Amino acid sequence: MISLLLAVAGQAYAERIHVAVASNFTTAMKQLVRDFETSTGHQVSVSYGSSGKFYAQIIHGAPYHVFFSADQNKVAALNDKELTVKASQITYAVGRLALWSNKNGIEIPSAEALVEGKFNRIAIANPNLAPYGIAAIEVIDALKITSAVANKLVRGENIAQTYQFVSTGNAEYGFVAYAQLLASISKPSGAYWLVPEHLHRPIMQDAILLKRGEQNMAAREFLEYVQSEQAQQIIESFGYQSVDGPHSIREVQENLVMLEVQE
Amino acid sequence: MMLSDADLSAIWLTLKLATTVTIILLLIGTPIAWWLARTSSWLKGPIGATVALPLVLPPTVLGFYLLIAMSPEGIIGQLTQSLGIGALPFTYNGLVFASVIYSMPFVVQPIQNAIEAIGQRPLEVAATLRAGPLDRFFTVVVPLAKPGFITATIMGFAHTVGEFGVVLMIGGNIPDETRVVSVQLYDHVESLAYSQAHTLAALLITFSFVTLVALYCFQRKQTPIAIK
Repeated sequence: MISLLLAVAGQAYAERIHVAVASNFTTAMKQLVRDFETSTGHQVSVSYGSSGKFYAQIIHGAPYHVFFSADQNKVAALNDKELTVKASQITYAVGRLALWSNKNGIEIPSAEALVEGKFNRIAIANPNLAPYGIAAIEVIDALKITSAVANKLVRGENIAQTYQFVSTGNAEYGFVAYAQLLASISKPSGAYWLVPEHLHRPIMQDAILLKRGEQNMAAREFLEYVQSEQAQQIIESFGYQSVDGPHSIREVQENLVMLEVQE
Repeated sequence: MMLSDADLSAIWLTLKLATTVTIILLLIGTPIAWWLARTSSWLKGPIGATVALPLVLPPTVLGFYLLIAMSPEGIIGQLTQSLGIGALPFTYNGLVFASVIYSMPFVVQPIQNAIEAIGQRPLEVAATLRAGPLDRFFTVVVPLAKPGFITATIMGFAHTVGEFGVVLMIGGNIPDETRVVSVQLYDHVESLAYSQAHTLAALLITFSFVTLVALYCFQRKQTPIAIK
């Protein structure tokens, strides 16, 4: 009888959490989940998808405990609908934008190459849907080439599709997530330019505990874990900027500049 | 609940695309359907299967391979470039090409079934009356297979209007060029503009429903052709 009680208690401790994660964060999340599961014994089941779809699912009762959005808007919209535990909102990662080219015989991606404009197509993520698309438009505006590239823009519905447009050589250049370039199984071919972040507003990716996860201690634990130094190091290694204070962000910037290999 | 200019231009583009694709498909689908209905070659199986493949392949997969094939280094891309047409992805012509492939079975199969139903005999009779091959086609096959042609036209058109996955993959969402209704609708949903999405979705549902009702009413009226 006692052993039965203990077994039940043990099960209650190792909880299961359902997490909805923006697809640009897939590879980093897999590593985080592995790490979290080994150290806590909890089980994390993750759904990857577009933040817009998750928003639609959550407002219609999808059983997620935690939501990792690709931006801050979807989280704010869920806050407005009172579907979240507002105090739990965190910025878990700051995305980095890279200009990538996968074609031979094309000028190495750089601000100058963009300004010169010797290309037919440049791919961005749809700025109405994807935060990386908004950042790409800001860079284009900052370089004052808005009208020059207006009829060369092709829009992927998300950052993954934008990546495909460039990877298949259909667009000579494309603004993709730096994390995608690091995550590509074979090292990314072609050349890229890590866009300096003073050219666009930071791509803040926020996570929040949902009402459904309010009673789930493991869900809270997971959100805390994501903010830990260990987790933030993992997140950085996948091509994001960590979020713990301006000083360390500057350090990361310096490291990233060193990583800025061209060719 | 008003349609924006962007919605209207997407609707116009979609109608233009569906019309173009349907006409092209009737022109190239008819000979294919004719051949498939008449041949006893062993190639009938493989070619019939190729035509039907878009029915089973997920559209995004088909779109992904088209994107690769149509890229400057791809088979189709090399061909179009050497013909001076240029690269097809992210262009209206590219959408037409992809839609022709994607909607092909919806046009070929009804025509093929109709021609098979006619059988050999009416054509032999016409031949004994000295009707040449073209004459036989236009005065015997077309009138007898008319229900098949009408079904093919409606299905080809409606299916192109509803196409989404392939366009999403190769279109690049360019206004007035590749941003069709289904993509516009998807954008509304993804950007949480639900009321605009509802308007467009209601329009699409109404269109599809009316089209299909018209088709089924028409099919009921057509008495099966019995030729002994």
